[in-house]
Amino acid sequence: MEEKTLKDMKEEEIRKMEKKTLKDMKEKEEKEEEMRKLELMLSNIEIKGLSNETLDGIKCMTLYTDIYIVATDSNQVFNAKMYSKYKEFHNDYLNDIVLPHLRLHHGEFLLKEFETSWAHYSKVIHNRLHLYFRYLGRYYVAREKLLNLNDVGNRCFIDLLYEEMRSRVMDAVICLINKERDGAKIDRELVKKVVNVFEELKLYEDIFEERIVAGTKDYYSKKASLWISENSCPEFMLKVEECLEKEENMVRDCMKPATEQKIVSEVEHKLLVLHSTQLFDKEYSGLKKLLEDGKVVDLARMYRLYSRVHDGLQHVCLAFKNHVTAQGMALVRQTEIEVNKHVVKNDVGALQNQQVHLIMEFIKLHEVYLSYVNDYFQSNSMFFKVLKEAFEVFCNKSIAGVSPAELLSIFCDQTLKKKSCDNDKSTEDTIDDVVKLLVYISDKDMFAEFHRKKLARRLLFNKSDSDEHERYLLTKLKQKCGRHFTSKMEGMVTDLTLCQDTTASFTDYLRDNPDMNPGFDLTVTVLTIGFWPSYKTCTFNLPPEMLRCVEAFKQFYQTRTKRTRITWLFSLGTCTIVGKFEPKTMDLIVTTLQASVLLLFNSANRLSYSDIKDQLDLPEEDVTRLLHSLSCAKYKILKKEPDTKTISKTDYFEFNSMFTDRLKRIKVPFPLVDDRKKVIETVVSDRRHAIEAAIVRIMKFRKVLGHHQLMSECAEVLSSTFRPDFKIIKLQIESLISRDYLERDSKDHSVYRYLA
Amino acid sequence: MKRSSSRRSGVSSSSSSPGSCDLLRSGSSKAVSKETERIDQLFYTYMDKPSGMIDPEGIESFCSDLEVDHTDVRILMLAWKMQAERQGYFTLEEWRKGLKALHADSISKIKKVLPDLEREVRRPTSFMDFYSYSFRYCLTEEKQKSIDIESACELLSVVLGYLFRHQVDKLVEYLKNQHEYKVINMDQWMSFLRFCNEINFPSLENYDPNLAWPLILDNFVDWMREKQNGSLGLKSF
Repeated sequence: MEEKTLKDMKEEEIRKMEKKTLKDMKEKEEKEEEMRKLELMLSNIEIKGLSNETLDGIKCMTLYTDIYIVATDSNQVFNAKMYSKYKEFHNDYLNDIVLPHLRLHHGEFLLKEFETSWAHYSKVIHNRLHLYFRYLGRYYVAREKLLNLNDVGNRCFIDLLYEEMRSRVMDAVICLINKERDGAKIDRELVKKVVNVFEELKLYEDIFEERIVAGTKDYYSKKASLWISENSCPEFMLKVEECLEKEENMVRDCMKPATEQKIVSEVEHKLLVLHSTQLFDKEYSGLKKLLEDGKVVDLARMYRLYSRVHDGLQHVCLAFKNHVTAQGMALVRQTEIEVNKHVVKNDVGALQNQQVHLIMEFIKLHEVYLSYVNDYFQSNSMFFKVLKEAFEVFCNKSIAGVSPAELLSIFCDQTLKKKSCDNDKSTEDTIDDVVKLLVYISDKDMFAEFHRKKLARRLLFNKSDSDEHERYLLTKLKQKCGRHFTSKMEGMVTDLTLCQDTTASFTDYLRDNPDMNPGFDLTVTVLTIGFWPSYKTCTFNLPPEMLRCVEAFKQFYQTRTKRTRITWLFSLGTCTIVGKFEPKTMDLIVTTLQASVLLLFNSANRLSYSDIKDQLDLPEEDVTRLLHSLSCAKYKILKKEPDTKTISKTDYFEFNSMFTDRLKRIKVPFPLVDDRKKVIETVVSDRRHAIEAAIVRIMKFRKVLGHHQLMSECAEVLSSTFRPDFKIIKLQIESLISRDYLERDSKDHSVYRYLA
Repeated sequence: MKRSSSRRSGVSSSSSSPGSCDLLRSGSSKAVSKETERIDQLFYTYMDKPSGMIDPEGIESFCSDLEVDHTDVRILMLAWKMQAERQGYFTLEEWRKGLKALHADSISKIKKVLPDLEREVRRPTSFMDFYSYSFRYCLTEEKQKSIDIESACELLSVVLGYLFRHQVDKLVEYLKNQHEYKVINMDQWMSFLRFCNEINFPSLENYDPNLAWPLILDNFVDWMREKQNGSLGLKSF
């Protein structure tokens, strides 16, 4: 029985299994049947059905429900199938409908088709499919972490149409844009639509922008080569400006903002950078010519254009500098030639006129080019700098041995002597111009010294037109160069103001002490030593009339202060002498020394050279000069025997009673000694002291310093006054070493130590 | 200078050099070796009795005994070894110092040791010292800080001539021809040595006037370059 049961059991089991299998198979079949039904249903939907605008609501629901049934099945294999079907539907649509359409069209039509296809695809087709398969998306897709249904649509589009977009579509876009660049009117709205498509596909940067920029590159490369050879510089720049404007306009209108910079920089590069050398160097219209011809509008345009480009202005700046320098140097050379002509003829007046003229020309030049920088180069600091450098070059050139510092001081002198009825410019403006030019001159201390000398002369001989103007100049100089620059000169002007007080007191004194009165009109100007330039003091035998004057004032001055000692500078005085000539009595305005010579002839009619020299007790060269001015120059107050043009020690002099002139009152000129050498000597020696003081100050502070640093610090400290010669600095360093103020470091010979 | 003699017991006092005068011992309590005796004795042969130092005359006879000219650089080297303060004079202290350091107590030994002395001086470390010493040695007046050009040229030839013949010749020629400097100070003197050591000659191409060389050398280099250009007839490169 047991044996049978086992067998039976097995059989039973087998039968059970068979049953189950059958059941399973049946179920499977059923499912597959369902699946097939669904497939059929889906394929029945057909693309055509989907592409219809209106879709039956019921049909919609049916589809959704069917898909839902399949999706909720426990058998997952259907879900995967569904998902791929979803994809398939998209691809089929694209392949069967979209692509063929696109391939049929070209140019603008292609773009239109492209845009509308996308619109339909994404808004209609895709949305509907998405709708139906929504349940799938909610659970299956999320669970399996697949690309979500929404993105599948885009993905399919991109995968299938990438190449098409990249090449044909973009070609069409570029072509259209180029048409606008060439001047035609295009449908910008279309471009904007295409841009939107790309944006939605998130391919704007990769495809659209990249190809547009590349297209811009190509277009402008070609145009640049063409335009540069056909156009003059101004014409070219005009075109460039227009292009840039148009491009900016277009990009702002049609594309994303970020693209603007990329496109504009391509345009700039191709048009401005690549051919810049060719542009600037154009023979008849290039940068140099524009500057020479003063074509300011074009220059301004050039500035505007090249300021966009990195380092673009360097070339322009350099050309500007060269131009200004050339202009200045031309003035210098011209003046040099003119001056040399006058030097040969010994025409001092004309010589000075030329010198003054040069400064005026410099001032004009400065005005012009300063306005260039401000008006056309937008006050760019780089341009200010090169303007300064250019002026520094030619403002420091000497003309026929006369330094620029002296030239400027001559100009100043003239300006301050002139009556202020100048219509062109007020004196104050001219003074401002002078100070502006002074900035460029490196030997400022030289100017100060020359100016001081001339100021002294103006103040003493009453040549200055206005005290106010003198003070104005000094104020400006103080502002620019520091207090120490003008302290002495200010002292001089103050002295003169104080003199009025002194003169008033002196008049009172004479009134109170009539016996002291010398009987002549006497004005004494008291100068404070140190403020005024140093003058040679000469002791000589005063004529008795003058002696009385001197005594009177001396007595008066003692009453004021016991401390101060007065030294008389007769070489600076003036005197009015009454000349009783036979034709008519005349007033002669002469210097004190000249007067002394003439007064000798009150007691003797005829005197020899040596007589005169002995009686006056003056050095020979002074006597010679004095006698020359009285007997061989413009007015022959004295007759000379022999009647030659020069003075010799054996000459005899006689009062010329027959002398006369048209005027009743004449000034007998006494030529001044050329003290240029002396001025230069003074300045050079002052500089030595200044350098030494600077070195000591620096070393005291630093204690230890290397050679180069010491040199450069020294030069910097002094730069506001003058540019020191490195040789002189070295000399002073060595002098300080030998006097044990400094020593060289024992290990490193280029390092100095301060010895306290 | 006669010092009180006191014989140290047990120490022989005889000297081995012929013709020497009585040996006089120093009064100090230090042990006097034979060498010092001989050194001292040598000193006294040349000493000028009144001053107690070897004076120029003494030095001259010393030199003739050595068979070396008194302007020879080796005498200067000896003076350096002795650290002699005053030109033309040697004191006993100095004499002792120098000869002791050389381990030479007789003329013949000194002669033998001169080449070694030369070598010693030529060593870079000692040469610098010797060189600056030679300048100070020439400052005869009190508070004198510089030497006149003539003497400086002579000194240059003696001290540097045998090492830097060409440089010294040219430098001396320049110094004699120029008018700006009438004397040479220590700073300039030291710079001459540096110049010879550092600057290529006669090309001078590594000389940079912007460095801290004294002005006198700047001028010298300019002068040299002018001469060179002139002789070539065209500017060098």
